[in-house]
Amino acid sequence: MDPEDEICGDTWGTKSTSSNSLQQNSADFGLQQQLEKKWDNNSSPIMDYGFRIGQEQPPFHGQVNCQINNSIQGNDNNTNDNKPPEWDPSAMLNNLSFLEQKIHQLQGMVHLIITRKGQVPSKPDEVLTQQQQQLITADLTSIIVQLISTAGTLLPSVKTIGQFGQFTPKPAAVSPEQQQQQQSNNSMDVEHNYSTTEEHEEHEDGETEHLPPGSYEILQLEKEEILAPHTHFCTICGKGFKRDANLRMHMRGHGDEYKTPAALAKPPTVKEVGSAAEPVIIKRYSCPFSGCKRNKDHKKFQPLKTILCVKNHYKRTHCDKSYVCSRCNTKKFSVMADLKTHEKHCGRDKWLCSCGTTFSRKDKLFGHIALFQGHTPAIPPDETKTVVALAPTDDPAAAANKLADGSGLATMDFNSGAQALMDFKSVDDPAGAAAVASCFSPLNFDSCNFVGGFPEFNRQGFDDSEASFSFLLSGGSCNYSSQKTGGES
Amino acid sequence: MKRHRNATATGTDSATQTTSAAAAYNLFDLLSDEIVFAILDFLAASSPLDTKSFSMVCRSFYLVESRHRRILRPLRHDHLPRILSRYPNVARLDLSLCPRITDASLALVSRTSSADSLRSIDLSRSRFFSYSGLLSLVLNCRNLVEIDLSNATQLRDAAASAVAEAKNLEKLWLGRCKLITDMGVGCIAVGCKKLKLISFKWCLGVTDLGVELIAVKCKELRSLDLSYLPVTNECLPAILKLQYLEDLVLEGCFGIDDDGLAALQHGCKSLKMLDMSSCQNITHVGLSSLISGAGRLEQLTLAYGSSVTLALANSLKMLPSLQSIKLDGCFVTSSGLKAIGSLCISLKELSLSKCVGVTDDGLSSLVIKQRDLKKLDITCCRKITDVSIAHITSTCTNLASLRMESCTLVPREAFVLIGQRCHFLEELDLTDNEIDDEGLKSISRCAKLSSLKLGICLNISDDGLSHIGAYCSKLTELDLYRSAGITDPGILAIASGCPDIEMINMSYCQDITDSSLICLSKCSKLKTFESRGCPLITSLGLAAIAVGCRQLNKLDIKKCHNISDAGMLPLSHFSQNLRQITLSYTSVTDVGLLSLASISCLQSITVLHLKGLTASGLAAALLACGGLIKVKLHASFKPLLPQLLFEHLEARGCVFEWRDKEFQAELDPQCWKLQLEDVAQ
Repeated sequence: MDPEDEICGDTWGTKSTSSNSLQQNSADFGLQQQLEKKWDNNSSPIMDYGFRIGQEQPPFHGQVNCQINNSIQGNDNNTNDNKPPEWDPSAMLNNLSFLEQKIHQLQGMVHLIITRKGQVPSKPDEVLTQQQQQLITADLTSIIVQLISTAGTLLPSVKTIGQFGQFTPKPAAVSPEQQQQQQSNNSMDVEHNYSTTEEHEEHEDGETEHLPPGSYEILQLEKEEILAPHTHFCTICGKGFKRDANLRMHMRGHGDEYKTPAALAKPPTVKEVGSAAEPVIIKRYSCPFSGCKRNKDHKKFQPLKTILCVKNHYKRTHCDKSYVCSRCNTKKFSVMADLKTHEKHCGRDKWLCSCGTTFSRKDKLFGHIALFQGHTPAIPPDETKTVVALAPTDDPAAAANKLADGSGLATMDFNSGAQALMDFKSVDDPAGAAAVASCFSPLNFDSCNFVGGFPEFNRQGFDDSEASFSFLLSGGSCNYSSQKTGGES
Repeated sequence: MKRHRNATATGTDSATQTTSAAAAYNLFDLLSDEIVFAILDFLAASSPLDTKSFSMVCRSFYLVESRHRRILRPLRHDHLPRILSRYPNVARLDLSLCPRITDASLALVSRTSSADSLRSIDLSRSRFFSYSGLLSLVLNCRNLVEIDLSNATQLRDAAASAVAEAKNLEKLWLGRCKLITDMGVGCIAVGCKKLKLISFKWCLGVTDLGVELIAVKCKELRSLDLSYLPVTNECLPAILKLQYLEDLVLEGCFGIDDDGLAALQHGCKSLKMLDMSSCQNITHVGLSSLISGAGRLEQLTLAYGSSVTLALANSLKMLPSLQSIKLDGCFVTSSGLKAIGSLCISLKELSLSKCVGVTDDGLSSLVIKQRDLKKLDITCCRKITDVSIAHITSTCTNLASLRMESCTLVPREAFVLIGQRCHFLEELDLTDNEIDDEGLKSISRCAKLSSLKLGICLNISDDGLSHIGAYCSKLTELDLYRSAGITDPGILAIASGCPDIEMINMSYCQDITDSSLICLSKCSKLKTFESRGCPLITSLGLAAIAVGCRQLNKLDIKKCHNISDAGMLPLSHFSQNLRQITLSYTSVTDVGLLSLASISCLQSITVLHLKGLTASGLAAALLACGGLIKVKLHASFKPLLPQLLFEHLEARGCVFEWRDKEFQAELDPQCWKLQLEDVAQ
């Protein structure tokens, strides 16, 4: 269509015809995806070719499915077989996952075509359907070509082929294109034996029905796979490992060929490889427990993001809680990491509800209290104790007694004179109070005389308790009222 | 015989009559309790002294009065056992005058027979009680509906959990309970479901969580005070869901901002009063989203907030029942005031105190539409002139309260207008203004005037004041602080014309002599008397006041150099209701101070620069005066008195304030005002 298409067509032509050249750079997924993209862009040079495949597609669809299923079964049977490891398993792994994606894509496409055909049985608009078909078949072609080329790269070396011949699926059902890549299919089966859990996913029949092509795909692991302690196995001795890196370390003991930097290097993840040119198809996981919200059959299905999520979810929700906190002996966990996290905080949950529940965060406690009737925050008991302890002594007389040496100072006669007036009652111990006053030894003012000089200030029967409206109850002998202005009269 | 004399000496005529009637016929036996209680209600309303006279007539009267009394306000905690057993039906116990209330005191209250009738207790000024005392109180007083715990800075969450046991509680004040946190508030929220009012002012330990829980659990809440709490926008949605909330105070909540308010779907529909003073982060945007649904809002306080502009005024337009706006200390624009004037139709109260930017133009256009205005505060609006006053007086003729302290540009003629047009004034604050005798003469037409403040009015004289004395017979409060033109004849006119006067301040009116005081001694209702810096006053005048004004409870005679011990002795003898006294710079000595100690009500004394006072005399007086709460002393006494004495007094509930100011000589009034203006500028 435009000049670039020509170039793309050329590129594709050379690469696709020689699968050997692709095989050489087996890990070069970037290139392949680049190719695929170019194929998507220009459909015209291979239009006829693609159309032919499109017509053939119903049997093709069945064949691919069948083949993959076979291979998985075979793989299950032969998990423990020892294989001579002549190739890089991690690279193989990547290739296989790539193939898997592609097969999924193919399935989606084919399904689309079926539905289209069903919808338009009488073919009212020939041109339109043709165009659609052309587009779809073009996509299909590109995918198939990639499938083939990638499968070709899976052949590690010539000498291993014979050993894996026994696992070859029935060749009768394979399409011509895939027949060419018979060897690669064999190797794919082999690869499954050393696979991580990612290779054990079962494909769902109905997944493409409610999801448009290019959206995420749902994978579901079996219970045994989820609970398997090891996911990486040595191809030589069969020992299992939790981590890929541990397996690689282990492999060094099996010979010098595993000690090369290439063999020890961390295999690139699918994401890293795919990010170069094409957006990776998003994978989501389903819990195998039927009725669970994380199960794909659930009405409000919520997929899990990663395999780790699947594992943790399954253990937390559907398994016994076998790990018990050694500190509190009450909290139980089914995931070890949860126990570890809990143990970090165990005993330090200071936010306590009256119902006995503890919270590590205050807002969680308050949310709990807001939710339930009758629950209140529980104040730690030590606080009430400290408050009581901090309260001052109840008796002011005690304070006064501290001051007093016990020397009753009878000389402080102003006490006795003014007792009714002055509120020594509050002190409760006039002698004590007087003792304080006696600290100032030169009491220069003559207290006796002072009080004695105004005898009329004595008010008998003065009711101390009514001081709130205490007004004068004095006798009539007040000198002042007569002396002074006569304001009283 | 003695008892009878007391009654005659202090009681009113009615008390005397009942006494004789009861003695002769004992007609009271025929009256049912309800009727006697109704009589006592009237008696108590006139003066507490009359009730006391009544109770002292005979045994049966004493018993009737004991059963009648509902409110107690004791001065000392040590009186509690006796008064509680005497008054079994007390519903309200106000302990705000008792600084020392311990757990034992509260346990006592909860044990007495009045425990069942007790509905309200005020512990706002008391200290020394704790969790256990409160617990015994709320567990035994089952009908308690009001508890005031303001200023209980020592209380912790445990105490709050004790309060939560008061299941019938409706009103709770927790102001300044700084140690109470969300946990304690959570207990209260769960325990006191019937709460209608709660105040968290200055409870710095309370955050969003606690406030939110209160709003979730206490659905009956009418009044919520969150002043100066570290709350944020988080708690607002829960608060605004309260169905009956009428009064919301968000003063100084810096954590609340426009964004948070904008997120609210609708405001609170039941809200009647809203205070958003000192909320720096709220502008008219947030305000309008908060009050958008509040059609019943009556009172809005936005003091010290964002500037009052057209936009802010516009946000008020959907409030048909708004009656009061307080904008104290805001920056104000004329257009904003104009818009408020046209949008708010029925304002009764407006406060623009200390607002910057109030001009004649803005204020005039605001008041010109407000015919119903009752209260207007334009304190320190220094730009307004007679134009504003003319508009105010011509439109707002129903004005009952006008405060216009320091409106310095208003000329003396303008005050004549106030007297001519606003006849219903009850409160008038003209402190620091240019008013002269003509103005006072005109103002004397306001026959209802009860509070008049004429401090720092240097243009008035006895002439003008005599008009006030002649016509304003209902005057209860008169402030003549530093109005140097006032002398004895002016005070004489007031004393003879205003028998109801309760408070008079004649500080720094240097020409006042004893004769003024002798005249004032006729005013038996006088409660507050301030005569600072009147050097001509002697002990003789003070004695007259003491003898005549038995209800005196606040006395300030600082810098009256001629008052000596001879003045203190009659004071201690007659003024048994005295609560607060300032004696600095007088000639009082140890003897005078010791005699004052016999006044059992005395709570606060200030004794600075008393030449005749010695350390030992002071110590003896402090010890003798058992009810002291606050003592201001010169710092020089601190090393002279033993530490144990202070500890003892502090354990009784007394607080010491130490001052170390130098001895100051007095300035003449003109000089003083010039100095004041220098400071203001």
